Amino acid sequence: MKSLIMIIIGSALISNVVLNQFLGICSFLGVSKQMKASISLGAAVIFVITIASAVASLLYDNVLKPLGMDFMKTIIFILVIAALVQIVEMFLKKKSPAVYQALGIYLPLITTNCAVLGVALNNVKDGFNFIESVASGFGTALGYTIAIVLLAGIRSRINEKDLPAPLRGAPIVMIAAALMSIAFMGFGGLNI
Amino acid sequence: MKKYWERLFNGLLKENPVLVLMLGMCPALAVSTQAANGIGMGLSTLAVLVLSNLVISILRKVIPDQVRLPAYIVIVASLVTVTELLIKAYLPDIYEALGIYIPLIVVNCIILGRAEAYANKHTPLLSVMDGIGMGLGFTAALTLAGAIRELLGSGKIFGAQILPEGFGMTIFIQPPGAFLVFALIIAVMNAIGIKTRQRKLVESGCDGNCSLCATAGSCETKPAADAAAGGAVKAAAEKPAEKADPKAAENKAEGGAAK
Repeated sequence: MKSLIMIIIGSALISNVVLNQFLGICSFLGVSKQMKASISLGAAVIFVITIASAVASLLYDNVLKPLGMDFMKTIIFILVIAALVQIVEMFLKKKSPAVYQALGIYLPLITTNCAVLGVALNNVKDGFNFIESVASGFGTALGYTIAIVLLAGIRSRINEKDLPAPLRGAPIVMIAAALMSIAFMGFGGLNI
Repeated sequence: MKKYWERLFNGLLKENPVLVLMLGMCPALAVSTQAANGIGMGLSTLAVLVLSNLVISILRKVIPDQVRLPAYIVIVASLVTVTELLIKAYLPDIYEALGIYIPLIVVNCIILGRAEAYANKHTPLLSVMDGIGMGLGFTAALTLAGAIRELLGSGKIFGAQILPEGFGMTIFIQPPGAFLVFALIIAVMNAIGIKTRQRKLVESGCDGNCSLCATAGSCETKPAADAAAGGAVKAAAEKPAEKADPKAAENKAEGGAAK
């Protein structure tokens, strides 16, 4: 149990997926313009990454490894993730329209979020079992949500400021991300 | 002949994938800790990009429109796996340094972006040149950022000591340095005025890119929704025409080049 909590905290804060491993930068910079959208995307990412790491882990342990098809993992994982996002989308649309409405267009966008594939591949690399993979997936997605919601908050302040022209747009957002990243390095001192 | 060269230079500077189009930021930020890593990642991506552009361009009349994105993903994933195995076999040092970012070339926006925006409507030769141009632009951006980070972080470039021994602001080799260096490079490019239509499109973040990205089909609501929602925030800067579909912009650029 303790090791699971360690995995979650480790992947959410210490090696934060966006600020430390640079996965999912595209949506991190793109969607963080609005707080509401960031929260929806964060929720969708938690949902999809947790399920995707569970499925990828099952598939790897039970199909790919016994067959010695380790090298096929990239192809299999990306197809599984794409299919999974489609299935989740259809399921939610039918079974819980409220959630579907809230997540809206962010759900299909997640296929191209490299954090999903990155977590699946990292879990395999770290030799995590099924439960550990789910914990690491959940922790990673939680870290993504924390980072994007924080950045959205910062950006709502930046928008009101009169910046030098060359810094407007992407550069100032990345400088804000750099400062967040420095702050998150502090978690490296956590002794768990 | 001229249009082939135009493709090459287009990717290097005018539409540099990282610095202007802001595609493929994840690997760019992650592996640019050293100039050598930047070159390794850049050339791996270039190889995949050229081959995927070639294959997709050859198959562009065979692949049915409805299933083109899954088909592209399978093509790209296969090419990436081949590249990964080759690097693992022949360049184990680079493989160690780049790690998980080699398989992640699959989800690099540049690759599917070029497939969707360019390779599926142009001849194989032009597509290959486009791939080389974009790949070189990506490599150049990564190497530049890698060199800056390596110089500031450890006083070296390509492992050769440039600044006095003991100099080094470690922060530049660590994750925050990646954000800082790229922010400053892009700010400098803004300052010297390298701005294109695409740039303005992309300033709204991923929105422009993602419709170029893998889920373009399901993405179609995105720019519209964004224009509605984000319009209030930054309506001043953008004309509606520039907010148009990236593909339209691409076509326009093509038209201009042909003339």
